[in-house]
Amino acid sequence: MPDKTAASAGLHDPLPLYWLPAAEDWSDRIKVLEAEIDPNAAWNRALTLASFRADFIRTCRLDRTIRRLSEASSEVLNGKRIRLAILGSSTVAHLVPAIRVACARRGILASIYEAEYGQYLQELNDTSSGLHQFVPTAILFAIDTYHLTNASTESAASLADKHATDEVLDRLVDCWRLAHNAFQCHVIQQTALPLFPALLGNNEHRSPGSRYSRVTIFNNRVRVVADESNVDLLAIDARAAQDGVALWHDPVLWHRAKQEISPSAALQYGDLVARLLAARQGRSYKCAVLDLDNTLWGGVIGDDGLEGIVLGQGSALGEAFVCFQEYLWDLGHRGVILAVCSKNDESNALAPFDRHPEMVLKRDEIASFRTNWDDKPANIRAIAQSLNIGLDSLVCIDDNPFERSLVRRELPMVAVPEMPEDPALFACCIADAGYFESVALTEEDQQRTRQYQTNNARDVLTRQSTDMPTYLRSLQMRLLWREFDVVGLQRIVQLINKTNQFNLTTRRYTEAEVLAVMNDNRKFGLQFRLTDKFGDNGIIAIIIGTSEQTPEEIRLDSWLMSCRVLGRHVEEATLAVAVDLARSVGAVRLVGDYYPTSKNEMVKEHYAKLGFTAVETRGDGGSRSVLDLSQYRPPELFMAIQRENHSD
Amino acid sequence: MTEREVYAGLTEIVRELFGDDTIVLSATTTANDVDGWDSFNHLNIIAAAEMKFGVKFRTKEIEKLTNIGEMVGLILQKTR
Repeated sequence: MPDKTAASAGLHDPLPLYWLPAAEDWSDRIKVLEAEIDPNAAWNRALTLASFRADFIRTCRLDRTIRRLSEASSEVLNGKRIRLAILGSSTVAHLVPAIRVACARRGILASIYEAEYGQYLQELNDTSSGLHQFVPTAILFAIDTYHLTNASTESAASLADKHATDEVLDRLVDCWRLAHNAFQCHVIQQTALPLFPALLGNNEHRSPGSRYSRVTIFNNRVRVVADESNVDLLAIDARAAQDGVALWHDPVLWHRAKQEISPSAALQYGDLVARLLAARQGRSYKCAVLDLDNTLWGGVIGDDGLEGIVLGQGSALGEAFVCFQEYLWDLGHRGVILAVCSKNDESNALAPFDRHPEMVLKRDEIASFRTNWDDKPANIRAIAQSLNIGLDSLVCIDDNPFERSLVRRELPMVAVPEMPEDPALFACCIADAGYFESVALTEEDQQRTRQYQTNNARDVLTRQSTDMPTYLRSLQMRLLWREFDVVGLQRIVQLINKTNQFNLTTRRYTEAEVLAVMNDNRKFGLQFRLTDKFGDNGIIAIIIGTSEQTPEEIRLDSWLMSCRVLGRHVEEATLAVAVDLARSVGAVRLVGDYYPTSKNEMVKEHYAKLGFTAVETRGDGGSRSVLDLSQYRPPELFMAIQRENHSD
Repeated sequence: MTEREVYAGLTEIVRELFGDDTIVLSATTTANDVDGWDSFNHLNIIAAAEMKFGVKFRTKEIEKLTNIGEMVGLILQKTR
């Protein structure tokens, strides 16, 4: 099962919408929303808050404001309005808040009418009924399983009756026709929950008239009949089969309150309804924007190379990534646009698509391919623009919490699911979230990615700016440094030998050579750890300095960093540490070399960006730069710097 | 779980549900004392309490409840 932990308001929610991010400041946000007087501003706030995880009670609270907005009739809000009537045979009131909040999550402002229960036929027929006055744009038949299977009129003789569900289906078809004729609206039929105990057991089908079998038969037949009648299904049977029927239906609650669907399943139910309504409004998400490293394959292509990334048969992890790619391939071939957005050199990023034998996704399945070192929101804007679709039809799939949080902050209209830790659960997560809900499979859909790719104009992009400084300040970053030590030895050696991209000199060190640095008082080795509000990124940067030539000058023998923390101004803070240390031993300048390789183009301007002056440029593109310590003043550092003490 | 924790948990639920941070629950508080605490919201509160404290109430137990004090007592008994 996917990682379904952390309900937000202290309720132990057995079926949370686990792909939604939690908002630490939910309590503050709801108060701001409730105090907002301007309806448009309130609606925008409600939309944003609806995209965060909330438990049953918080969903009820958020719904109070949304309901108020939906009842303020004259206000034209910048959302799609729908009028949903729920025709049921038992209690559904506890599901309504979750439906309305889930609609807001998809930009839809829903007014909801609940018919008196059991009165749906009368309401449909009587033109003066509440239903007719409401004038629905969508009708949901939420008829409970007891009612659907006529469970009360059971007789012993009927246990062998193969046609026990016929009459029920005929009646439903009549209801659907009445609804279509009266309102020309979207009609949805809920399937039956398999909530009856079995009579025979494994071979229950041999008693087609048993309550249990009638549910099975009903669910099979309704799929055919609904299609013939242009009615969409709300497949709660399938969902409950996956979640466990016991979490969806509690016989105690049925008898106590005639709640067929438990409050614990309300959030799931609401989202299922909303995604179906959204699909019919053309508001399903259209495009998956994919990260590469550790999302489509294991490892970092720029560092690990084509042979080093984990993808394909032979390793559990590699197989899991293949599985996820297969799911994406299937989505692509049924009309979901696939795009790539990743911090990488384009040539590195393309290599697996072109040359890795285990890659399922190929280049011609990717409609827009943006790999560079710009920030992610800028690239996502560019993707939306090049595909000519709204930002609100994009789903950004990325394993990195830093990137996810940045995109959510800058582009709140983009869906950014929390991803499970294990790639084996990626496909399940995307499917559970229902972003790409579709009510039909069309020829056109199946051609779509190709069309977009043909039309895709990659260049000419106006770029809006991303407010990185504010974001970085909000991250509570801390750069913890310490000199090389035995505790860190393995990680130091690993980082030195596998970092290819952000590596100024690409000098490799064995364990013995690292130990030698530790024991040489003319040399120093620094290891840097970065923590932020998402957690500990571990050791992410290394500097080795030497003052072998003269004590006044420290040469930066090695400077390397994990690409995971790019764009966070770790370089500047790292330099500040090195400068302090150099000054403390009486040095007056730092000297840094850049030796080009096929993979480290990205740090060509590293020293220039940090304020070093180039003193030598070589024919191969390499250079030597110097920083005069008397002139050095640190720029704004976006993190606290702290020496880390390790007692080993 | 202590009595104080149960009161705090129930208060949080009721405040969240009614969007009113001034609600204070005591042993003698009844549904009539809280604006909006109707039979529909009663079911919501029961459901939320079950999820919050990880307990299941029996129908017979719920039908007997007359005030918050009894509800707290019941939850304490079930979490013991």
